[in-house]
Amino acid sequence: MTATIERGSATASVKPPADAPAKPARPRRRGGFLSSSNGKKAVMAVTGAVMVLFLVGHMAGNLKSFFGAESFNSYAAFLRTMGEPILPHRTLLTIVEIGLVVAVGLHMWSAISLARRARKARPVRYAARRKSRANGYAVHTMRYGGVVIVLFVVYHLLDLTFGVANPAGGGSTPYERLVEGFAPSRWWVTLFYVLAVVMVGLHLRHGLWSAFQTLGLAGRRSYRSLRAAATGLSALLVVGFLAVPVAVVLGVIK
Amino acid sequence: MNLTLKVWRQRGPEDKGRMVTYRVEDVSPDMSFLEMLDVLNERLILEGDDPVAFDHDCREGICGMCGMVINGVAHGEQVATTTCQLHMRHFEDNAVITIEPWRAAPFPVVKDLVVDRSAFDRIIQAGGFVSVPAGSAPDAHSVPVKKVDADSAFDAATCIGCGACVAACPNGSASLFTAAKITHLGLLPQGQPERDSRAKAMVEQMDAEGFGGCTNTGECTAVCPKGIPLDTIAQMNRDYLRASK
Amino acid sequence: MTTRYTEGEPIRDTKAPDGPIEDRWEKRKFGAKLVNPANKRKLNVIVVGTGLAGGSAAATLGELGYNVKSFCYQDTPRRAHSIAAQGGINAAKNYRGDGDSIYRLFYDTVKGGDFRARESNVYRLAQVSVNIIDQAVAQGVPFAREYGGLLDTRSFGGAQVSRTFYARGQTGQQLLLGAYQALERQIAAGTVEMHTRHEMLDLIVSDGRARGVIVRDMVTGEIERHLADAVVLASGGYGNVFFLSTNAKGCNTTAIWRAHRRGAMFANPCYTQIHPTCIPVSGDYQSKLTLMSESLRNDGRVWVPLERGDARPASEIPEEERDYYLERIYPAFGNLVPRDIASRAAKNVCDEGRGVGPGGLGVYLDFADAIRRLGRDAVEKKYGNLFEMYERITGEDPYAQPMRIYPAVHYTMGGLWVDYDLQSTIPGLFVIGEANFSDHGANRLGASALMQGLADGYFVLPTTIGDYLANGPYGEVDEEAVAEAEVAVREKIARLLSNDGDRTADSYHRELGKLMWDYCGMERTEESLRKALERIPELREEFWRNVKVSGEAGELNQALERAGRVADFFDLAELMCVDALHRTESCGGHFRAESQDADGEALRDDEHFAYVAAWEYGEQGPILHKEDLDYEYVKMSQRSYK
Ligand SMILES: Cc1cc2nc3c(=O)[nH]c(=O)nc-3n(C[C@H](O)[C@H](O)[C@H](O)COP(=O)(O)OP(=O)(O)OC[C@H]3O[C@@H](n4cnc5c(N)ncnc54)[C@H](O)[C@@H]3O)c2cc1C
Ligand code: HEM
Ligand code: HEM
Ligand code: SF4
Ligand code: F3S
Ligand code: FES
Repeated sequence: MTATIERGSATASVKPPADAPAKPARPRRRGGFLSSSNGKKAVMAVTGAVMVLFLVGHMAGNLKSFFGAESFNSYAAFLRTMGEPILPHRTLLTIVEIGLVVAVGLHMWSAISLARRARKARPVRYAARRKSRANGYAVHTMRYGGVVIVLFVVYHLLDLTFGVANPAGGGSTPYERLVEGFAPSRWWVTLFYVLAVVMVGLHLRHGLWSAFQTLGLAGRRSYRSLRAAATGLSALLVVGFLAVPVAVVLGVIK
Repeated sequence: MNLTLKVWRQRGPEDKGRMVTYRVEDVSPDMSFLEMLDVLNERLILEGDDPVAFDHDCREGICGMCGMVINGVAHGEQVATTTCQLHMRHFEDNAVITIEPWRAAPFPVVKDLVVDRSAFDRIIQAGGFVSVPAGSAPDAHSVPVKKVDADSAFDAATCIGCGACVAACPNGSASLFTAAKITHLGLLPQGQPERDSRAKAMVEQMDAEGFGGCTNTGECTAVCPKGIPLDTIAQMNRDYLRASK
Repeated sequence: MTTRYTEGEPIRDTKAPDGPIEDRWEKRKFGAKLVNPANKRKLNVIVVGTGLAGGSAAATLGELGYNVKSFCYQDTPRRAHSIAAQGGINAAKNYRGDGDSIYRLFYDTVKGGDFRARESNVYRLAQVSVNIIDQAVAQGVPFAREYGGLLDTRSFGGAQVSRTFYARGQTGQQLLLGAYQALERQIAAGTVEMHTRHEMLDLIVSDGRARGVIVRDMVTGEIERHLADAVVLASGGYGNVFFLSTNAKGCNTTAIWRAHRRGAMFANPCYTQIHPTCIPVSGDYQSKLTLMSESLRNDGRVWVPLERGDARPASEIPEEERDYYLERIYPAFGNLVPRDIASRAAKNVCDEGRGVGPGGLGVYLDFADAIRRLGRDAVEKKYGNLFEMYERITGEDPYAQPMRIYPAVHYTMGGLWVDYDLQSTIPGLFVIGEANFSDHGANRLGASALMQGLADGYFVLPTTIGDYLANGPYGEVDEEAVAEAEVAVREKIARLLSNDGDRTADSYHRELGKLMWDYCGMERTEESLRKALERIPELREEFWRNVKVSGEAGELNQALERAGRVADFFDLAELMCVDALHRTESCGGHFRAESQDADGEALRDDEHFAYVAAWEYGEQGPILHKEDLDYEYVKMSQRSYK
């Protein structure tokens, strides 16, 4: 045991407070909005919202396939000719696509950096199995579910956009790719879609409400309605998206 | 009642630590959880062993000093109850109870179940106050406060700084604690002048201490002995965004 | 029997100004020397304790520019025992216009203290009370408000005016958080250096002045010396000498007892306040008692069975076989008689063998009538959280069966003797809050402790300590005095650890507590006190021989912390009994069975005991110094609640 000794007159021996910082020194963080956890969260919420808007539109477009090949193909064509003749072919679509890619990128970036921060904050796990007292599944569906969604989108693009992974091949119309892609013999593809769409639903059920909370738009009185709305919209998206592959499998769309 | 306890023992911050099993007999159902540990400790002392170190003071649920993770839940299963107010009648005879310290990097273990929560003090230092030196205050009635605001501020102000929210949060986030203080002061007229700088500084300090970010999982409110509501976090986010503009 | 004490010279408060009572504080403030602002940052002040008193003092001294070191034994200053106060804080704001005034608060406090407090001090307290509320509100303390947006108040503890400000049932918590936040602000500003988990174990007195403290870092076990120009003790009360009390587990007497050993006089140690509405003991393992707010007595009816030993459950005891004894004995005040009267009455019926619950130490507090009259909802709205707390602790539903309550030790009016400047008999040692004896006389009014702690910390001490500091500097600290204090601390620790006994410190503490409760508790007699004075030294001797403390000195060692505190409680307990024995009158929280009137009420003996008993530590036993009390403004009278 050693003693910290302050000898002599206390009146004389004290350093002025300026160069004697309070102990323990308070760790300080510099850096902007994006390096703060709240900033990252806001980015996630805004990019998430952008993606949700896309999904709503996408779902509506998909439902056009119920009105036959004509309607669906011309919708697909419209996507590419939007804004013409003022803008060159595919300009608007490309902008939307770039926006989406940026959104996905930022969304993933903030998700990953928050997850890494979380892991650092909890280096030792509990020995007793943690029991969730709230909507604890959310964390897992959000992080791992998000990864599944991305993998799905990659496959999905190869399948229905580029046709590379589609039996109808690259030169076909979107409608052909759709019908061929979900052919009953390719049940595993359909299953994968179903799983992915359900994943999206779960992601959004928490994510939609969460985005409001993150942006400070939620409040004690709006929680119930917000949660209900989030669940409702997610369910709507799930049903809307699944309607098309299911219809193809059942032969309603052919 | 007879119980089997699996308790986290760790001599100091450098020690690796391990779970140790103890048998405690003749526990009265009217004992509090801490009194049950007192019984174990008395025995350990007489056997020349080190008693299990745990923090506690008021033993009536208000000082926020006690806290352990009991069977995986911060402060145990009982809702809105601190560890010191948890009673043994809620456990089955012959139960096996796992007892662990709060786990979070910014809360390093000091010994056994005792952790260092000084990070919370530093978050308050960053701005969790109203700058008003003694003697400079105007008459208390010069600024009326709407009752609803006063009541909501009070709801947030009841946080006892126990740290259960951090212990329960899957991200090790201190959002609920920080938000409670930001909301308390932000709802009152006295807290307005420093509202923006307070929110910004406290959130940044929370990050600097190494707490995780909040992903709105809500585990924190569920274990919070004072039921600090989740909308305090929304309030904090709103204030932070506004301050960052 | 040999004399237990010797009597020394009378003592006088030389700092108290004279003249009209309203002007005394102004006069003292004006008379105090000021410290040159440029010098303040060179002056060091140590503040031990971060409760309402210490927290507010350290923050304010920091704001003034002094260099402050603050200590507490908890892991953060916010957890000091003040956090537990429920009821409220008094202030003579007269916001209700119900006839309250500074003078009335002063009057009520002197009278409530059973004429054993100083008029000057109490008057100042009442004056300053007004500023406390302003300060707290400006800090953001969320006091209860009315729909108009103004502060709500209630009447408390039998007061006839509504002067108690409150924040639900958590007034102490909210006020302490206000002080804590002010303190953290100063820590951030670098004016206050905070040392949490540090326990003060001795006072350094050099050249007759308090110049520092020896503390133990409770995490590393390191013994540290901290020097300063003045030392402030704000270490709270010593109710835990009874082992079971409503105080937090860590409350202790060590800081003030060590100062007493170094020359500070201890005043009125025997004045203890017993609170009537606590949850009774449920078994031997009991570690503390929980207070149920006094407000419960507004609607609950207190009773016991008429027959002794009646073991039937409450619901099976018919109305005519119940004894609503408070309503019977005190028809005018009924269940609302003051704390000490309600407490003693409960003890009496239990002593008659009519108590209820395990061990027969409890009386019923019944809400059946209130529920019938007001409806369950109304009762729930008013007392819901208290009922919940009761159920959480006892496992019984107070809506279905009456609560059981019993008195418990709650507050200690005694403490270190201080003058008007709050300076003890050691120059440079200031004592504030519950740790001093100053303002409550023999009995504290409800909601006045918070007021006193904050008055001392925010307003009084920061002014008066300047006068002392301005008269400095006081020269070099004598290195030998420091070394001697440090060695004493190390030796005590070594001695406790080297014992290979077979009882724990807690078991001795329990036994001491029981002894104090039985012999120096709610009711004291010459015989009981003599018995205690015989038994305490024996038990203490056994403690030092036979206590077992495991672990080592150089680590976090809670067994060692407790043993050290128990050791000091033994010494204090003895002084309390000596004080109680010498004061053969009854007054406030001190009831001598020999001194009661025909109705069994406390009977003061103003002719012989209108003084403060200030005890000096002496190797040969304590030395009594009397400070005579004069009442110029409030006429002494016997209280009556019949
Ligand atoms: C259950 C309960 C309810 C109450 N309700 C009310 C009420 O409604 N109204 C009212 O006016 N009063 C009430 N009181 C009384 C009041 O709470 C206390 O008297 C008051 O808070 C004491 O404040 P303090 O600052 O003097 O000391 P405390 O708050 O006790 O603080 C003591 C400080 O000293 C430190 N300390 C102690 N010993 C050492 C040491 N050796 N070394 C280092 N640090 C040390 C501690 O860490 C702590 O910080 C109540 C008391 C109890 C028990
Ligand atoms: C690329 C893969 C994805 C990953 C790794 C991912 C991950 C996450 C994570 C971890 C969260 C935080 C959870 C929370 O805040 O509670 C989140 C939120 C969210 N995600 Fe995703 N996600 C992905 C894709 C998507 C997609 C495709 C959409 C939209 C269709 C989307 C919409 C949202 C929304 C709206 C939120 C809420 C934002 C918030 O909480 O503030 N995410 N995501
Ligand atoms: C199961 C229902 C779905 C069907 C039937 C479907 C169908 C299609 C089709 C046919 C295209 C090609 C459009 C074209 O090339 O013109 C497409 C593109 C796309 N889909 Fe889907 N989709 C479904 C679900 C999803 C989901 C759940 C997501 C995202 C999470 C998604 C994201 C995309 C993206 C990003 C594109 C590319 C858009 C572009 O290039 O502009 N789809 N989808
Ligand atoms: S928010 Fe709740 S859980 Fe977190 S520190 Fe405060 S009281 Fe404890
Ligand atoms: S549990 Fe954690 S994720 Fe947010 S809502 Fe609570 S801080
Ligand atoms: S010991 Fe104070 S809250 Fe549990």
